[in-house]
Amino acid sequence: MKKRSYVSLLLILLATCLALAGCGGGKKNAEGGTLAAIKERGKVIAGVKYDTKLFGLKDPATGKVEGFDIDIAKALAKKILGDENKVELKEVTSKTRIPLLQNGDIDLIIATMTITEDRKKQVDFSDVYFKAGQSLLVKKGSPIKGLEDLKKGTKVLAVKGSTSAKNIREKAPDATVLEFENYQDAFTALKAGQGDALTTDNAILLGMQKQDPNYELVGGNFTDEPYGIAIKKGDSEFVGVVNDLLKEMKESGEYDKLYEQWMGVKPE
Amino acid sequence: MEGKFDIHILFDHWDRFSAGFLHTIGSSALALVGSFILGTIIAVMRIAPLKPLNWIGTAYVEFIRNIPLLLVVFVFFLGLPTLGVPLDGFTSGTLGLMVYTASFIAEAIRAGIQSVPSGQSEAARATGLSYMQTMVHIILPQAIKIVLPSISNQFINLVKNSSILAVVSGFDLMYYADLINADTFLPLTVYTIVALFYLILTLPLSMAVHYMERRFRAADR
Repeated sequence: MKKRSYVSLLLILLATCLALAGCGGGKKNAEGGTLAAIKERGKVIAGVKYDTKLFGLKDPATGKVEGFDIDIAKALAKKILGDENKVELKEVTSKTRIPLLQNGDIDLIIATMTITEDRKKQVDFSDVYFKAGQSLLVKKGSPIKGLEDLKKGTKVLAVKGSTSAKNIREKAPDATVLEFENYQDAFTALKAGQGDALTTDNAILLGMQKQDPNYELVGGNFTDEPYGIAIKKGDSEFVGVVNDLLKEMKESGEYDKLYEQWMGVKPE
Repeated sequence: MEGKFDIHILFDHWDRFSAGFLHTIGSSALALVGSFILGTIIAVMRIAPLKPLNWIGTAYVEFIRNIPLLLVVFVFFLGLPTLGVPLDGFTSGTLGLMVYTASFIAEAIRAGIQSVPSGQSEAARATGLSYMQTMVHIILPQAIKIVLPSISNQFINLVKNSSILAVVSGFDLMYYADLINADTFLPLTVYTIVALFYLILTLPLSMAVHYMERRFRAADR
């Protein structure tokens, strides 16, 4: 008797969950697309990173989230609603961002998201807004100017088990690769002269270069991982709005201004 | 696959496991010999009949013994290069291990020397031996016997502590284990294999300690 009541209670709970989940999905899939939803709501809900230097980082002291991605979200709010403050930021991670977009919890993803063929099956992408890729960081005045200078005897620092460590072994097979626990340890080792170059994504290297101007990026990107803004699959109207925004920002010079403000250098 | 023990990992990544094992053995052996010599010198300094030497010995032991090993290694790995002494990860890790372990060995030897009855040293000096001669020929041989078990324990710690090389990319067992784990994501398998490699080195030392303890207890009876 007792056991049975537990089972039925569980079943009721399960049914409720399913029903709620179903309703939620149905309600958010309103017609009229993302643009209409934003106008009706009066604000843009952007999924951004809270833990990524230069792009979207929460300042623990002020609680404010700031970065390149955030400023693009603000520019979008200004374009659509006429006020750059009409943005609601929602924290996303690489794991949660696509489901959140598909559920309609966020209008778009501006979160250091690389455009890939796999992801294109799930979401639509805007034009490239940041050319990310693996690059090299060296001390200013170093004889290393690019991949071709990583000859036998040069030491390249990377992070343990990272994709960039694997890439550099393939692209510069003669160089010695030394791997460290994390980026900060690798950068400290570079500063102590334990290596000739540090390799990882340019977005991270730009942050290091900003932190210590005695170091600079060289040789450009040798892998291609362009960042795009993700929009719900099939909403071509909103993709058009975002692409127009990027075009306008580039023409007005606002894009270059933001880029330099965050990355410390002009875009290539 | 995940979470399962898969012994093939050992053979698939044999190159890296064996390279790591050799570096761990090399670093441990160098640091072992170095720390024993350095530790003995420090111990003798601590009890030498010359105050400034006592101070240096005591300062060394109390300073090094009471800071983390990682810090000692970072002095060699990150600190010395800024002074123009470039040391790679393996060298700085091994030097750090040596300097660190020497402080513990010095303490063990000092205790051993002081446990040799004072009559021994008085008798030796009475025959005309110098202080150094008394130390080298009379006191140290007796003291070493007394302190061998505790020194061996320090050597066991040294072998285990050599995993610090992983942090400064010293190509030891732990360093390669991290890389293999990143490739395979079979942490249970990878780290169990590495544990067995460490046991190959430490178990004989551990058994030697037990053997010595038994022997000395029997000899004292």
